[in-house]
Amino acid sequence: MTALPLATEKKLGLVIDLDTCVGCQACVTSCKEWNNGGYSAPLSDEQPYGADPHGAWLNRVHSYEAGEGAKGRTVHFPRSCLHCETPACVTVCPTGASYKRGEDGIVLVNPDTCIGCKLCSWACPYGAREYDYTDGIMKKCTLCVDRIYNETLSPEDRQPACVKACPTGARHFGDLGDKESAVSKLVAMRGGYDLLPEMGYKPTNKYLPPRPRKADALVGGTTPAETIPATDGSPAERLFAWVDRVLSA
Amino acid sequence: MQQKITIAGEARSPLAEPDVPLSVPVGDAVKTTTCYMCACRCGIKVHLKDGRVRYIEGNRDHPVNRGVICGKGAAGIMQHYAPSRLRAPLLRVGPRGSGEYKEIGWEEALGIATGWLSRIRATDPKKLAFFTGRDQSQSLTGWWAMQFGTPNFAAHGGFCSVNMAAAGLYSFGGSFWEFGEPDWEHAKYFIMFGVAEDHASNPIKIGLGKLKARGAKVVVVNPVRTGYGAIADEWVGIRPGTDGLLVGALIHELLTAQKIDLDYLVRYTNAAALVIDSPGSADHGLLARGEKGEVLIKDRRTGAFVGIDAPDLSPVLQGEVILADGRKARPAFELLVRRFMAPEHAPEAAAERTGIAADQIRRIAAELARAAFDQPVVLDQPWTDWHGKRHDKLVGRPVAFHAMRGISAHANGFQTCRMLHILQMLLGAIETPGSFRVKPPYPKSIPPRIKPRGKAADVKPGTPLPGPQLGFVTGPDDLLVEPDGTPSRIDKAFSWDAPIAAHGLMHMVITNAAKGDPYPVDTLFMYMANMSWNSSMNVPAVIEHLTAKDEATGEYKIPRIIYSDAYFSEMVPYADLILPDTTYLERWDCISLLDRPISDADGPADAIRHPVVQPDRDVRGFQDVLIDLGWRVGLQAFTKPDGSRKFPGGYPDYIVNHERGPGVGPLAGWRGKDGEAFGKGEPNPKQLERYIANGGFHHHELAPDQRYMKFANRSYMEWAHAKGFLESTDRLVMQLYCEPLQRFRLAAEGHSAVTPPETHRDRIKTYFDPLPFWYEPFEEKAIDLNQFPMHAITQRPMHMYHSWGSQNAWLRQITAANRLYVSRGKAAELKIADDDWVWITSHQGRVKAQVKLMEGVNAETVWTWNAIGKRSGTWGLDKEAPEATRGFLLNHLIGELLPEREGGYRFSNADPITGQAAWYDLRVRIEKAEAEPAGTSPRFEPLTPPKGVGRGGR
Repeated sequence: MTALPLATEKKLGLVIDLDTCVGCQACVTSCKEWNNGGYSAPLSDEQPYGADPHGAWLNRVHSYEAGEGAKGRTVHFPRSCLHCETPACVTVCPTGASYKRGEDGIVLVNPDTCIGCKLCSWACPYGAREYDYTDGIMKKCTLCVDRIYNETLSPEDRQPACVKACPTGARHFGDLGDKESAVSKLVAMRGGYDLLPEMGYKPTNKYLPPRPRKADALVGGTTPAETIPATDGSPAERLFAWVDRVLSA
Repeated sequence: MQQKITIAGEARSPLAEPDVPLSVPVGDAVKTTTCYMCACRCGIKVHLKDGRVRYIEGNRDHPVNRGVICGKGAAGIMQHYAPSRLRAPLLRVGPRGSGEYKEIGWEEALGIATGWLSRIRATDPKKLAFFTGRDQSQSLTGWWAMQFGTPNFAAHGGFCSVNMAAAGLYSFGGSFWEFGEPDWEHAKYFIMFGVAEDHASNPIKIGLGKLKARGAKVVVVNPVRTGYGAIADEWVGIRPGTDGLLVGALIHELLTAQKIDLDYLVRYTNAAALVIDSPGSADHGLLARGEKGEVLIKDRRTGAFVGIDAPDLSPVLQGEVILADGRKARPAFELLVRRFMAPEHAPEAAAERTGIAADQIRRIAAELARAAFDQPVVLDQPWTDWHGKRHDKLVGRPVAFHAMRGISAHANGFQTCRMLHILQMLLGAIETPGSFRVKPPYPKSIPPRIKPRGKAADVKPGTPLPGPQLGFVTGPDDLLVEPDGTPSRIDKAFSWDAPIAAHGLMHMVITNAAKGDPYPVDTLFMYMANMSWNSSMNVPAVIEHLTAKDEATGEYKIPRIIYSDAYFSEMVPYADLILPDTTYLERWDCISLLDRPISDADGPADAIRHPVVQPDRDVRGFQDVLIDLGWRVGLQAFTKPDGSRKFPGGYPDYIVNHERGPGVGPLAGWRGKDGEAFGKGEPNPKQLERYIANGGFHHHELAPDQRYMKFANRSYMEWAHAKGFLESTDRLVMQLYCEPLQRFRLAAEGHSAVTPPETHRDRIKTYFDPLPFWYEPFEEKAIDLNQFPMHAITQRPMHMYHSWGSQNAWLRQITAANRLYVSRGKAAELKIADDDWVWITSHQGRVKAQVKLMEGVNAETVWTWNAIGKRSGTWGLDKEAPEATRGFLLNHLIGELLPEREGGYRFSNADPITGQAAWYDLRVRIEKAEAEPAGTSPRFEPLTPPKGVGRGGR
C-alpha cells in the first residue's frame, strides 16, 4: 500500500474533446516519440518488424460505433492516465514506486523502485498502465512532466506532447483544480464529464461530449423551393421570370 | 511541497518523492525542415541528440500546419531509421523478381545509366519513359525530361486526382486541395465530398477544429463514416460514383427555389455568354465572339452585343438571340437551367441511385440556400474590381466545399467535379468570404496557357523538346497524336483516349510499354512509385508485363528499368538498376511555386528540405543524381559551355542558380543579390541560408485588399502579373460553360483538321459536354451487375495517410493488417459474420479477406484500408508479418483496361476526358470463404531483400 496526498496544490490534467477528435493518432505517436526519449525512456517495442508487433504506449485511441445505421456515431476515444485524485494504482503499489505528486497531482512511477509486478495495471479500471517488456517495469502517462516545467523549452511549448500535436485542437491541458482556468471553464461550458465516476477514483482528466448535431434543423419545415408560388409555366419559366425581375430592378 | 500523509499503519509512502529531472534539454541541436511523410509538406522541427534524431514536432510558424503534427509525421523517426532502407546502388544479376543483386558503387551505377540513356538520346529520345511517382520536385524532373527530349514524362497525378485538378483549372483556374481551400475562418456551412481521410491532412484537421468551435455545420458525403465523417453534424452515406446525381439534384432545388447569386453569375462567370445554336455546323455549341475575339453577351437594355468584360452588364439570360450575322444563339445560363431543371435531376430521381432520401437532399439544398443568402459574410474591407470600381465591403456566401478522390477516382469524375464547381458558382461561393478560396499563384488563366509538346515532329535525337510534356489543351489541334491518329506518348495522354490528360497516365505506362502499344520503349526510368504493388491496378498483370520476354530475342519486353527509391519496396526487385535515395531528413528539396507550392489563400509560399542528418549508407538524393546524369548524358541545360558541370554543387546549387526565365527560379523568396526581392530577381547566393534561417519556408502575405475575388481584383491581378503568375491583368471569367470541350465534340462530328478515329467518335460526342452531366461509371456499364452487385473502395488510415511508409515500426503497431468492412445489415443478408473470411470477386479476379462488420457504411459498399497489405519479404518485415499474411490489396481486382469492345479496342479504365484511373468504380461480390487456411489470398512468392536490408523476424 502506498499513501496518497490528502490534497494537491494543483490538479493538472487533460480535457479531451470527443466532438472534434477524428482519431488521427497524432497524440498517440507524438506521445510515443517524446516519451521514448524522455523521462519514461525507453518505451520498448517488441517484434517491431516481426509477426506480432507490439510495445509500450502511454496513450492510445480506440474507435468504435454507437447506435445503428445513419443515426449512429463513430467515436474516437483517446485513452491515457486520468491522474485520479484517489487512484487505486497508487494505493496498491507494494513498493511505493507509484505515487501522486503533492504539488500538481500528477501520478508517476519511480522507475528505480518499480518491480514490474503489474498490480497497478490490475487496479486501474481505465487500462492506463502499460508494462514495458524490455525494461521490466510499468510505464504510464507522465503528463509530460519533463516538458511542462522544462525551462529549456519556450513557454508556449511547455505542454504535453499530445496537446501540442493535436491537429483539430481536441486536447487541452491545464489546472482543473482552478475554477478560473481555461480548462475548467471549458469543462463547465461543454458539460465535461468523468469516466466511470461510480468507481470513485475521481479522475482529473475530463472528456467533452459530442456537441448536439445540427442535422435536423429544417426537418419538417418548408424548403425555399416550396415557397415559390406555382403560377403559370414550368419551374424553369418561373425562374426566368424571376431572373427578369431581378435584372430589371 | 511536503505531502500530507494521512493513511497510517502499513501504508508505504514515497516520503521523498524521487528527483524527476524536469528541465532536460530535448537535444543538442534543433533544425527546421519540411516533412515528407505524406504530400502535406508541413513544417517540422527536428531535435537531434548525439547526431541522432531525438524528436520531431510541428513548426509553429509554418503556414501549413501552424505547429501541429499528424500521427504519421510524429512517427518520422521510425521512417528515418527503418531497416528497409536501401544501402547502396544495386545491379540486378538474376532474373527480374529473383532478388539477385550485386551491390555496386555510384560511379559504376551512373556509368551504366549514362550508357543506356545516352544511346537513347542519340537515336530516339521517346524510347525513354520517365515517370516520377510521388515526386515533389516536378519542376526539376519535368525540366530534365524536356531537356532530354522525351515526350514520355509524368508524375502520379493520373491515378491520383487529375479529374479534380483539371475540372477546377478548366472551370475557375484553381482546384480543390492543392490550389484552393475552404475559408475556414468564415464558413458557416461546410460540405466535404469523398475525402477518404486524405488530402490535405493537417490543414483539414485544423480547419475542422475551427469550424466545430465556431458552430458551423459540417456535412460529410462519403460512403464510409470514419474519421472526418465521425465528427460531422451530418453523414451522407452516398453510393460510390453517384455524387454527380446528388450535386445535380442540389442544383435543381436551388434553381427551383430561385436561390442563386445572379449578380455573381453575371459579373464573374460566362453564364451570359451566347452559345451558337446551329446543329450540324462547325460552330455549333461554340461561343459567339466579337471582332477582337471577345466573348459576346446581349445587353437587355440596348439590345446591343457587347464584350463580356464590359462594366455593369445587364445581359439577356434566356431566349433565342439572333446574332448580327443572322446565326442563332442562346445564353449558356439558359442551357444550364434547362438541363438541371429537367425532371431527371429532381431529388426524387436521384434518390434511388444515390441511396439518399429526396427529403434529405431537399433539406441540404435548403440549408445551403439559407447559409448562403440569409447569413452573408460581410467584411469591412474595401477592394477594387477590374474596371477600377471600388467596393466598400466584401460580401460573401459562407458555404464552403471540399472534395477529393471520392469524386476524382471515377470514370465520371471530371464532369462530377465540374458540376460541383457550377454549384459553387451558382451560390456565389468561389473566392468570396466564407466560401472557397484559391491559393496564389492560382487562379491562373482558365485553363492555364501551357500547351503540351511531344508529337513526333517535336522529338529529335540529341535535342530538347520545344516545350513541356504536360499542359492544357483547348482543342483537337493541341492533341499529341500523329497524322494517322496514333498517340504520340507511351501513356496515350493527350490522345483521343484521354484528351485532357493534364497529369499523364502513369498507370498505363507499364502495360503499354510491354505491349508495344503505341510503341515499345527501351528504358523505363521511375522514381518513388510502387508500380508492381499498391500504385498499380491489376497487380498480377503488371508483374507479368515487367517480366515478359520477347520470344524471338529472349530480351525483356521492357528491356531496361532504372528505379530510385529509399526503401525496399515491392518494385525494387523488378528493376535492373537501383539508385538508392535518401530519407527525407537527409536530403535537399524544393517545394516550388513552379509546380506544387504550399501556398494558402492569403499568399504564396514555397519551402525547402535540407539535410538535418547525414546518410550512414551509400545513398544519394535522387535530384542530385538526376542533375549529375543530366551532365553525364550531355544535356545542355546541365552543362557549361566549356563542358563542365553547370551545377557542380548538385541540387542545392540548382535550386539557387537555375533560372527558368529571367529572374525566375525554383524558389521565390529572398531573390536578388541583396536577397530583398520576392518572385523575380537574380539568383541570391545566400538564398538557402535565408530559407533555413526562416524555418525552411517563405510565405508572402497578400495585402488585405488582395485576398478575395482574386480573379477580378485589380490590386491582386496587377501584383500577380508583376510576379509572373498571370500573363496579363485581364480578369478571369469563370467557365460555367466549358467551350474547349465542345471543340472536341465538333471534331468528332468531322469539323476539324484533326478528328478522332471511328472507335472514339461516339465516346467523344457523348462525354465532352460543355455543361456537366452524370453518367454511369464504365465498369458497371460493362459488367453484369447481378454478378457484381457491390461497390468496393479504399481509404487511407490517417496515420498512414498517402499510403507510403506503412512499414513504420510504430504505425504498424496501430494497423498491421486490414479487414474488409461490410455493413452489418448486408452481412446478415449474406449470412456473413464478424471475423469470417470471404472471397471478394470482381470481373478481374478474387482476393480473400477477413471481415469486420460496421454500421457506418453504405449498405451496397464494402471497403478497406489501402496499402497495408504487403508482399512477403519486402519493406524489411518478417516474411510472416500480418501485412503479408492477412493484409490484402483491392488493386488485384481492378482492371487497368476496360473489357474489350466491338472492334477489339480496349480503353483504359479511366475517365474519358482526363484519363484519371477509375479505381473507385470497382464492382464486386462477396461470398463466405472456407475458414482454413486462415489468411489472405493470393499470396505472391516472397521477395528477397538485398544484403544488409531489413531485419525481419528479429
